[in-house]
Amino acid sequence: MKKSGENESLYSFPDTSGHFGIFGGKFVSETLMSALAELEQSYSQLSKDDAFLKELNDDLKYYVGRSSPLYFAERLTQEMGGARIYLKREDLNHTGAHKINNCIGQALIAKHMGKPRIIAETGAGQHGVASATVAARFGLECCVYMGSEDIARQSLNVYRMKLLGAEVVPVSSGSKTLKDALNEAMRDWVTNVDNTHYIIGTVAGPHPYPMLVRDFQSVIGRETKVQFEEMHGGLPDVIVACVGGGSNAMGIFHPFLEDVSVRLIGVEAAGYGLDTGKHAAPLNEGKVGVLHGNRTYLMDDENGQIVHTHSISAGLDYPGVGPEHAWLKDIGRAEYAAIDDDRALQAFRQLNLLEGILPALESSHAVAYGMDLAASMDQEQCIVINLSGRGDKDIPTIAKIDGISID
Amino acid sequence: MSRLKQSISVDRKALLAYVVAGDPDKGTTVGLMHDMVEAGVDAIELGVPFSDPEAEGPVIQLAHERALEHNTSLSDCLAMVREFRQSNQHIPIILMGYLNPIETMGYDDFSNEAASAGVDAMIIVNLPPEEAPVLSESLKRNELDLVYLLAPTTTDQRAEMICAKSSGFVYYVSLKGTTGAGTIDVSDVATKMERFRSMSTLPILVGFGIKDGETAAAVGANADGVVVGSAIVDRMANAGPSQINQSVCNLVAEIRQALDELPA
Repeated sequence: MKKSGENESLYSFPDTSGHFGIFGGKFVSETLMSALAELEQSYSQLSKDDAFLKELNDDLKYYVGRSSPLYFAERLTQEMGGARIYLKREDLNHTGAHKINNCIGQALIAKHMGKPRIIAETGAGQHGVASATVAARFGLECCVYMGSEDIARQSLNVYRMKLLGAEVVPVSSGSKTLKDALNEAMRDWVTNVDNTHYIIGTVAGPHPYPMLVRDFQSVIGRETKVQFEEMHGGLPDVIVACVGGGSNAMGIFHPFLEDVSVRLIGVEAAGYGLDTGKHAAPLNEGKVGVLHGNRTYLMDDENGQIVHTHSISAGLDYPGVGPEHAWLKDIGRAEYAAIDDDRALQAFRQLNLLEGILPALESSHAVAYGMDLAASMDQEQCIVINLSGRGDKDIPTIAKIDGISID
Repeated sequence: MSRLKQSISVDRKALLAYVVAGDPDKGTTVGLMHDMVEAGVDAIELGVPFSDPEAEGPVIQLAHERALEHNTSLSDCLAMVREFRQSNQHIPIILMGYLNPIETMGYDDFSNEAASAGVDAMIIVNLPPEEAPVLSESLKRNELDLVYLLAPTTTDQRAEMICAKSSGFVYYVSLKGTTGAGTIDVSDVATKMERFRSMSTLPILVGFGIKDGETAAAVGANADGVVVGSAIVDRMANAGPSQINQSVCNLVAEIRQALDELPA
């Protein structure tokens, strides 16, 4: 087992040019190359700066409310009758999801770089809300790009962003979802690069974003490691997290990469089913290509056009995935499964009834897979599920499925 | 001498026209290319439609969407070039697009096909030189040029590297922004041109923000030529189906005349 710092360590990636094996890199137009270099340099300095790290850690503690609890889900465990199920409660963070961990970090970088304006893309609205929140917290101007289809299915978060003083710009090009919001945010950044920092919300995009977002989200895994040792001792057998772009999964996986006894399982959205083609599971069914600044697994057609994806959860409805996940899949360090809409909905209801916890539909994919896996494991074994966000924002979607009007 | 070299090094300011292949339908493109040559363009940039054209402004985005409504593929683009070459062997064609369709076809298959169809050069918007070595070799083996972009934000150090690696010509993107945005800053272009001249012996063309004869002349005074894209695509979107070619050619002729009135 190699330790961090040695040449072959899993922690020596990305390499200096931003690659994880064949994945990652910087596939952007020339206008953005200097902005990426500037960001890389700022981050490299700040990540070694004690004053910056203190600022970051203080905000994570006093503003976000970290650490988030690791919770033993006793009734869920009994129900499944197998492995002990623990939930890492990122849903209890300020703004209700893991997204804020990254936003606090990047807003602090923007502040140090002297950029008064931030922009963000959002799918479910969680990253948009987190960005609007930190913008208010640090006195930055904020503009959030959101697909018009997502705006319709996440109206609560849209209004919330507006209350926080952000401008929400509907994107009606392409599939009108997260990928198109990302395109539009890139276009804004190209135009306003002098005064604007782009807070990408996931571990995708061009280098240094996959590294930087991973580093800010790794607080999830670091806490989990310490908390699990305290509560149970040793290491969990399995860690499960949902994967859209993959930031919550990367955050909880990363501190465990070299603990090879721990199975790391990412759960993609199988939508209507992997065999229907209507899903958002590039690691399961996609092929290698280039989109949004990096080489990774993605969902495209025989001509290389990106296809429309489907998931009941807007946050997973994305045709690409972070390049480090692509690499972890190829080297066999992580596994990637998929859960369809129906099973995710069922898990959403089960967690409400058995534990009194309302999970986000995104996180419900991880809960569903974790429950099924627990049932097949021994009672001495332990699973940690990353409960990446809370489901308040999804209540209108669920109510609509149940035929209930809550207006 | 290559078509590109011949066409851009002649004694007049070069005029490159950009259209998206398959906009508004597959049948329009080749005829329009011939008509634009008649109206005075020196080379044609043929846009390869892509589902996620992240560097384009709204005008060209919509052209990509129109072309994709009837699935204009990279193979279709090559077929159009092949058809154009049946009656025109001298006007260079530069394919401009994004990397994923090329990766999907495979670098070597694409390079072979493009060369045999009669393509002269490539501009790949989301492929900076750092990520290009493999494709660049494949294109070179097929005598295809790979044109790199310079931006207002490009540092001198990067500009040196880009000028050294670009082949065919160098393309200066004169605006921070997407295609078709804003108003061009002519004095800034003049300053930048002077700097780039010392770095490269290749022709330097300027694009983004050239809308008509007036802006073309202002920019062309300091460059070896200009690229006109959004202004043409915008005319195509707003002309009735039977008026597209005429409307585009009127603009091309206006810009041609403005450039020809400049000292070469």
